[in-house]
Amino acid sequence: MKGSIIALQKLSFSYRTHGEPVLRSLSLDLEEGQATAVLGPNGVGKTTLLYLLLGWLSPKGGSIMLDGRPLHSYSQRERGKWMSLVPQQEHIPFEYSMLEYVLLGRTPYLRPLESPGEEDILIGSQALTSVGLDPDDKRPITRFSGGELQLLKIARALTQQPRIILLDEPTSHLDLRNKRMIVDIMRKQAAEGTTLLFTTHDPEVASACAGRIVLMRDGTVLSTGTVHEMMQEGLLSETYGSDIIVSEVRGKRVTLWF
Amino acid sequence: MILLTLGLVVVCALSLFLGRYPSAGFVSPTALREDELARNLIVNLRLPRLLISLLLGMSLGAAGQVFQMLFANPLVEPGFLGVSQGAAFGAGLAVLYLGNSAWVVQAMAALCAFCGLLLSYVLAHRIRFGGWILRLVLAGISVSALFTAGVGVLKYVADPLHELPELTFWLLGGLWNVSWRHVYSTLPVVVPSLIILCSLRWRLNVLTLSDEVIHSLGVSPGRERAVLLGAAVAATAVMISVSGLVGWIGLIVPHLARRFFGVDTRISLPGSMVIGGLFTVICDDIARTAMAGEIPLGILTSMLGAAFFLLLMSTRRRATVQ
Repeated sequence: MKGSIIALQKLSFSYRTHGEPVLRSLSLDLEEGQATAVLGPNGVGKTTLLYLLLGWLSPKGGSIMLDGRPLHSYSQRERGKWMSLVPQQEHIPFEYSMLEYVLLGRTPYLRPLESPGEEDILIGSQALTSVGLDPDDKRPITRFSGGELQLLKIARALTQQPRIILLDEPTSHLDLRNKRMIVDIMRKQAAEGTTLLFTTHDPEVASACAGRIVLMRDGTVLSTGTVHEMMQEGLLSETYGSDIIVSEVRGKRVTLWF
Repeated sequence: MILLTLGLVVVCALSLFLGRYPSAGFVSPTALREDELARNLIVNLRLPRLLISLLLGMSLGAAGQVFQMLFANPLVEPGFLGVSQGAAFGAGLAVLYLGNSAWVVQAMAALCAFCGLLLSYVLAHRIRFGGWILRLVLAGISVSALFTAGVGVLKYVADPLHELPELTFWLLGGLWNVSWRHVYSTLPVVVPSLIILCSLRWRLNVLTLSDEVIHSLGVSPGRERAVLLGAAVAATAVMISVSGLVGWIGLIVPHLARRFFGVDTRISLPGSMVIGGLFTVICDDIARTAMAGEIPLGILTSMLGAAFFLLLMSTRRRATVQ
């Protein structure tokens, strides 16, 4: 078993100085090379947790350690080499080509006055190929479908060559075929040793590709463990505040909520 | 791009010899040797005017591209954030109350343009909702409206026989009073600003993304946006303090550049500068030669800009249908 790559200790956060805390005394260890799903209802603080890990938001209390060092001791560029983000939604107003877009992922490796070179283009093309997109496709990305855009965002995150990829609701708004494609790519990345942390409110997606599930409720960790341990009726019902039935189909646990 | 740059060089060279002396059309290059008045005209009037129109077009084109990318909105232009209306208000104040000399009008226009930007920034910090871009947009709209009201008041109280025509003409934009002094006063600001924009042009692509993604790429969105906005506004403010309000270049030229060269700002930013320069020099040539009297440059750029814009939008729609 590999060591912990991210350690959160009693993390708390609120968006306003004296406002209601979004996260309260949240402690969590992330193991290197493992896919971890943060599962919980909407508005529980899952995205806020990702932004804190990125350093985009600063915690009001507690600590975040990255590879044994406080997160704030890393320069922003160093953090860019460690972690990449696949946001839930991204507004792209201009007609970039796929390659132009994924090359933005090389930014942490370039000085302010530098632009991507041949080696960066090769890395970007490989990332596109690895998610099943054709680097020679010249269509502007504003014409892409939702599924293709999600693949493209993952390709940009891979172009960043990070050790940790943070994915915010990577399968929301996708049909079943696209959902499966994204889940397959995430599994492949985890198998290759990349640490994945993704948020989802869909227990099936969590159980399909996570090695570990973190259940969140009211801004803190309700429980954490393996898929088998967490896919329990009582725990899931408590997490979502609604009755959920867990059933076993072909050796896999699925949820029924209706 | 090379062809376009060559086109710009040729147009600039021809512009020097185009005019209404001794008759409408081109002056023969031999006249430079033989006719002292023609030499004087070309060296002391047409050359500085050509340089200023070139710098104006390059600045507005580049600044327009920067604004549209930074605000991730293809409908903004460099006068946004209270810059243009600030300059107009400053010029109006100088015309009415500070003696109406050319350099005072220029200085006040530049000063108030920067005040417009500063005020937008301060207000954006004080707005308590929305992301940084939304707050900046709201603050810019408010500051522009405030200065527009100020210009309205100045027009209302202006002497209708002398001050009002002067102010109205400044607001229409034009380069009829440009001399070498204007070139010397604008170059030290415009050239470094354009160099900064060109040097950071690839980063501009990164800054079109959402703030949290920019941050995840190891870039500080606030700091880098401030540098690029500062350089773009400095070039714009200094140039419009000389030319008056010249619209549409900063809006239409970035669209044309993206159409010809693609979105990647490594090429589209220099492309915007070249197209902006070419468009403005041609418009200024028409402004000073088409009629016996000067046509205000702002009117021409707006007319031709609007025509280009409509053409661009309609061809794009056809492309989408196919």
